[in-house]
Amino acid sequence: MTRASEPVIRVEGLSKRYRIGERVARYRTLRESLTGALRRPFGRRAADGADLVWALRDVSFEVPRGEILGVIGRNGAGKSTLLKVLSGITCPTEGTVRIHGRVVSLLEVGTGFHPELTGRENVYLNGAILGMRRAEMDRRFDDIVAFAQVERFVDTPVKHYSSGMYFRLAFAVAAHLSPEVVLVDEVLAVGDAEFQRKCLGKMGEAARQARTVLFVSHNMGAISAFCHRVVYLANGQVRAIGTPDAIVAQYLADVFGDDRTDLAELRGAGYGRTLRFTAIDLAADDGANVAFGAPLRFRVTLRSDVSAQELSLGASVFSVTGTCVGTLFTRERFAMAPGEARTFSLTLAGARLAPGSYYASVSVGHGGRDGGRLDFDLVVGRPAFHVLPMSPSGEAIADWNPAWGAIVFEDTRLQAEPG
Amino acid sequence: MDTERPLAPPPTVVLDARGRTLARQLGEVWAYRELLYFLAWRDFKVRYKQTVLGAAWAILQPVLTMVVFSVFFGFLARVPSDGLPYPVFAYTALLPWALFAHALAESANSLVNNPTLVTKVYVPRLIIPIAPLFVGLVDFGVASLALIALMVGYGVTPGPALLAAPLFVALAVLTAFAVGVWLAALNVQYRDVRYTIPFLIQLWLFATPVAYPASLLPEPWRTLYGLNPMAGVVEGFRWALLGRGAGGSAALVSLSVVAVLALLVGGLRYFARAERSFADLA
Repeated sequence: MTRASEPVIRVEGLSKRYRIGERVARYRTLRESLTGALRRPFGRRAADGADLVWALRDVSFEVPRGEILGVIGRNGAGKSTLLKVLSGITCPTEGTVRIHGRVVSLLEVGTGFHPELTGRENVYLNGAILGMRRAEMDRRFDDIVAFAQVERFVDTPVKHYSSGMYFRLAFAVAAHLSPEVVLVDEVLAVGDAEFQRKCLGKMGEAARQARTVLFVSHNMGAISAFCHRVVYLANGQVRAIGTPDAIVAQYLADVFGDDRTDLAELRGAGYGRTLRFTAIDLAADDGANVAFGAPLRFRVTLRSDVSAQELSLGASVFSVTGTCVGTLFTRERFAMAPGEARTFSLTLAGARLAPGSYYASVSVGHGGRDGGRLDFDLVVGRPAFHVLPMSPSGEAIADWNPAWGAIVFEDTRLQAEPG
Repeated sequence: MDTERPLAPPPTVVLDARGRTLARQLGEVWAYRELLYFLAWRDFKVRYKQTVLGAAWAILQPVLTMVVFSVFFGFLARVPSDGLPYPVFAYTALLPWALFAHALAESANSLVNNPTLVTKVYVPRLIIPIAPLFVGLVDFGVASLALIALMVGYGVTPGPALLAAPLFVALAVLTAFAVGVWLAALNVQYRDVRYTIPFLIQLWLFATPVAYPASLLPEPWRTLYGLNPMAGVVEGFRWALLGRGAGGSAALVSLSVVAVLALLVGGLRYFARAERSFADLA
């Protein structure tokens, strides 16, 4: 096929500019265009520059054959725009993209699915939309249906499918394509856990067949587990590119652990008016790292403008996908006097958090788990920390599959029933 | 499983600000011709789902229109019909007209009606306004049965010109595409188009010799009438089946063909340019 040394995807100086509101207002009416032309008969619409926004700015990178490249970044960093440009859905404003080989983009699964058509009909239609030949579809049809576990319903209109069946069938079509390049947007975030694992496995298989994959996700677990390299986009530019571990750590540090970030930027709207956190940190010897099984210790400083009694702290831990893993409310109560500042140490032991990255939210208020809770302040995203796959005694725990969840159940017992 | 490889060496795709040329887009339509087939087939399958009368609609609409025209134009207003029984005269024109009107409306709304095909995946966009053109042909076939019944009933027998009828059917579809491709592209940017389409089709019906013959006009206006491609289609189809009317004039029909080709080339070029921003606007 093509020379092995040549990159399969080459992106050079890629920029994409939108007019502000283009994606929001979506379309203009003829009248607006006409009145605009009357008001500025000689001006070009986009010439003033004030209402322009660069979704991508001078992005360059290369992807060699067989690589799974992850793309991460905050919302609005340009990830989706990058995928749309690489897919050919939208044209770049500047720069060039060169892709060797057939490309399939999965920005959505089941594009073109029609509820009135049967599963079989939709498989063929969707396959054609994704650029598959009818003869290929004939060969793979049985595999697709088996993978999706919908054999019995192949000739039922998909409007009668459960959402799980619908998604599985739609994904199965995509998973059975054989293009050289696959572009995937977070479609894997949907579906039940077992099926997700199957899909991720299918992706790994694709890469083993020297297929090149570009994978956009917020799921740092999946990014770390499947990507060979990661691009980190910020404000439409490449902020970093490198190994998953390094880039994911940098991303998490930027998003949650940036000490320069004012707590006010992480504060829930309307909180912290009379009683607020002035510092929230992880009390750890090793930066933001915690050994598996070791207690978590947060240090928080509170300042109050008013007098308040019967206060307690609350804290939740989130996985990097944003899933809340668990929540605590302190049993201990305390009071604050006007103008007073106090520092507390909050220890959480026995959580058995699986190796991975997490962030916490911390609140101060009245009430707790046995009723309503009224918070004075709520800060989300601080501290952020990593649980290392290493216990305090130095014993390593086996590669933890992110699909197994965030808790390691340890106190278990298996006994044979007397038979 | 996934061991087989595509037969051709992998193509190299280059994407930049210039977008895709018209020639490249036409080539892509050919490469995706199977998708064209599946989309047309989807529209066909879904067309009469959950209707009681189903495909009978294809025959009811033109027949009822013919009855109304016959009563008001033929019987009350005494509109001439080139010496033919008025119902046959009107129905022969309504058949290609219904094909055109349906194909045009569906084609013009096709991009707006299929937003995910534009924003969630790349398929050659030109396929989207082409696919709905063919669904009307099935309706046309069904509605033709009523024409045969009418012709037998009134004792009208076609001559050898009948062989030319498919050409006029093709010209009707081509006219719908030529106009549809303009409107489909404009529709993405200006949603006003959507509301203009039914109105446009209605006006166009009265500007076309469906209810009356082109022979009402004196020359040279009768020949210039061919600038409305549907005048060429309707008169030509009538001539092919009934052997009468201005459709026998090669000048009028040629003028219609030229007008359609001009519209089509302009429309395709406009579409190819506008296509670059479809995903940003749809």
